[in-house]
Amino acid sequence: MTIAPLVSIRDLRVAFHGLPALRGIDLDVMPGEAVGLVGESGCGKSVTWLAALGLLPATAVVTGSVKLDGTELLGAAPAVLDRVRGGRVAMIFQDPASALNPVKRVGGQVAEALALHRGMTGAAANAEVLRLFDQVGIPDARRRVHIYPHEMSGGQNQRVMIAMALAGQPELLVADEPTTALDATIQAQILDLLRRLQQETGMALVLISHDLGVVAEMCRRVCVMYAGRIVEQAPSDTLFADPRHPYTRGLLAALPDMVGPRRRLEAIPGGVPEPWNMPPGCAFAPRCGHATAECDAAIPGFSSVGPDHEAACIHLESAMAPA
Amino acid sequence: MLRFFALRLGRALLTIALVVTFAFIVLRLSGDPALMIMSPDAPPEALAAFRQAWGLDEPIWLQYLKYFTAILQGELGQSMRDGRPAIQLVLERIPATLMLTLPALALKVGLGIPAGIYAALHRNSLTDRVVMTFAVAGFTVPSFVLGLILVLIFAVQLGWLPSGGQESWRSAILPVISMGLGGAGILARFTRSAMLEVLGQPYIRTASAKGVPWHAVIRKHALPNAAIPTVTVVGFMVGSLMAGAVVVESVFSWPGVGRLMVVAVSNRDLAVVQCILLLVSATMVTSNLIVDLLYGVLDPRLRGHAAPGSGH
Repeated sequence: MTIAPLVSIRDLRVAFHGLPALRGIDLDVMPGEAVGLVGESGCGKSVTWLAALGLLPATAVVTGSVKLDGTELLGAAPAVLDRVRGGRVAMIFQDPASALNPVKRVGGQVAEALALHRGMTGAAANAEVLRLFDQVGIPDARRRVHIYPHEMSGGQNQRVMIAMALAGQPELLVADEPTTALDATIQAQILDLLRRLQQETGMALVLISHDLGVVAEMCRRVCVMYAGRIVEQAPSDTLFADPRHPYTRGLLAALPDMVGPRRRLEAIPGGVPEPWNMPPGCAFAPRCGHATAECDAAIPGFSSVGPDHEAACIHLESAMAPA
Repeated sequence: MLRFFALRLGRALLTIALVVTFAFIVLRLSGDPALMIMSPDAPPEALAAFRQAWGLDEPIWLQYLKYFTAILQGELGQSMRDGRPAIQLVLERIPATLMLTLPALALKVGLGIPAGIYAALHRNSLTDRVVMTFAVAGFTVPSFVLGLILVLIFAVQLGWLPSGGQESWRSAILPVISMGLGGAGILARFTRSAMLEVLGQPYIRTASAKGVPWHAVIRKHALPNAAIPTVTVVGFMVGSLMAGAVVVESVFSWPGVGRLMVVAVSNRDLAVVQCILLLVSATMVTSNLIVDLLYGVLDPRLRGHAAPGSGH
């Protein structure tokens, strides 16, 4: 296995006004792979990818390395980033209604990406917009290309966003909570669409979500994030069958079981530490039932606990024992 | 769309009717035109004759009714002072006023909007702070104070420009600057905050995320959205093209509508004052109407609906 990763993130750190939001992310995305990024809001899932594509405001201090096919993206010239964004790595966002420009026709917004990345204009672009609308399942595409975002439902807007992302024929689609703002039936449709498109196009998919169920369904591999770091990563089946990090175990214990007897759902005690009040060692230690004095000594590194399965905890053995 | 337009037009006409009525009430209550024009020591018979000639001895409601019907028939009355039709007196003065207010409007728009955009794009930079300091100074210093300062520097001290009158285009320079700078300051602030608001919206991030170069993000995605609040302010400025020059025209002895109004008010020359108010409110209402229609052009979400922020 010597396939080079498509995207390789090393020690990515982001701080806003001196407060850390990302505290060292290492993550590889292989070509065609579907990776899930889960964690509570504020844990840095979105910031990771906004930082990677240079989409954070100028006040953010970003360090580390993000390589796309070996090309460094951090600090790259604007012209280089403009080719990458939408062309090689596309991104869709949580609230499709506000992510589309309210004063421009949806077809035109998709056509803009075609002009930028595939040099298509005029009739060719119009035909391609129609094809993309068909591909993402927007009915009556011929009429809909001329309407405005506020004239469509949230689900339809998200389909437009996806069409816009596909327009540049990206190698990676980063979907940032793509279904959070949508209601449940529409959620399932959008996820089906994303899965089908990934199979059709062979692009890689990074799915950012706070919803473990969504990630489990869509992704071969899952990374669990906590307070600006990845704390556990594993193939999806392994992670759900055999979670090792106490935080992952806590997250899973907070979910209802689909089978078996009813049980009381367990919440993780406490809250995420504030960025200005980060513990010196493991950020989860203050909420962890297995924490000892050693946990505060240093930020724990990854230990391998199985094939492609790593967790960042120094008490992996004792944490496995029933608390 | 037609319904929307008809509704707006109806409201506009109602506004004008209210302004006209209000003017009538205030001017009748605030002093007797006969005393103002004839002088208080005039013989009582002369005063009575004057009142009778102008219908001032009739009951107030009858005066109002006559006045209002006359307006509806396009009859705006005659100046009590020199007997000429009021509309003619006012129309004569319009070119002079526009000679000041149109260049001033161009200055406000041409200076204020680019300055606001620049400040927003360089938020918290030194330039932003300098621009905003000037903007705040521009609209907190009243135009006549600025006018007097300009006269002091450029007319009295340096002797470069005339301090008043209407001899040549050079006479217009100082009044235009005194009127324009304040408005430019207001527009700069509005444009800046509108731009900052828009730049923080998710669709701007979307545009960047799909690879639109930053200058095109500004031009194609940010400016069309930021135009909506800015148009409101420009609309008010267009609306005050007739009224905006009252004080500055007095400071610079400029023979425009504004000075005519000051003289007519102090003389209680009712027909002239009412005629000017009608002109001013018609301009304001027309420009508001245009702004409302522009909202629909600029923002598809407002098409066919009443636009926000346009209540009058």
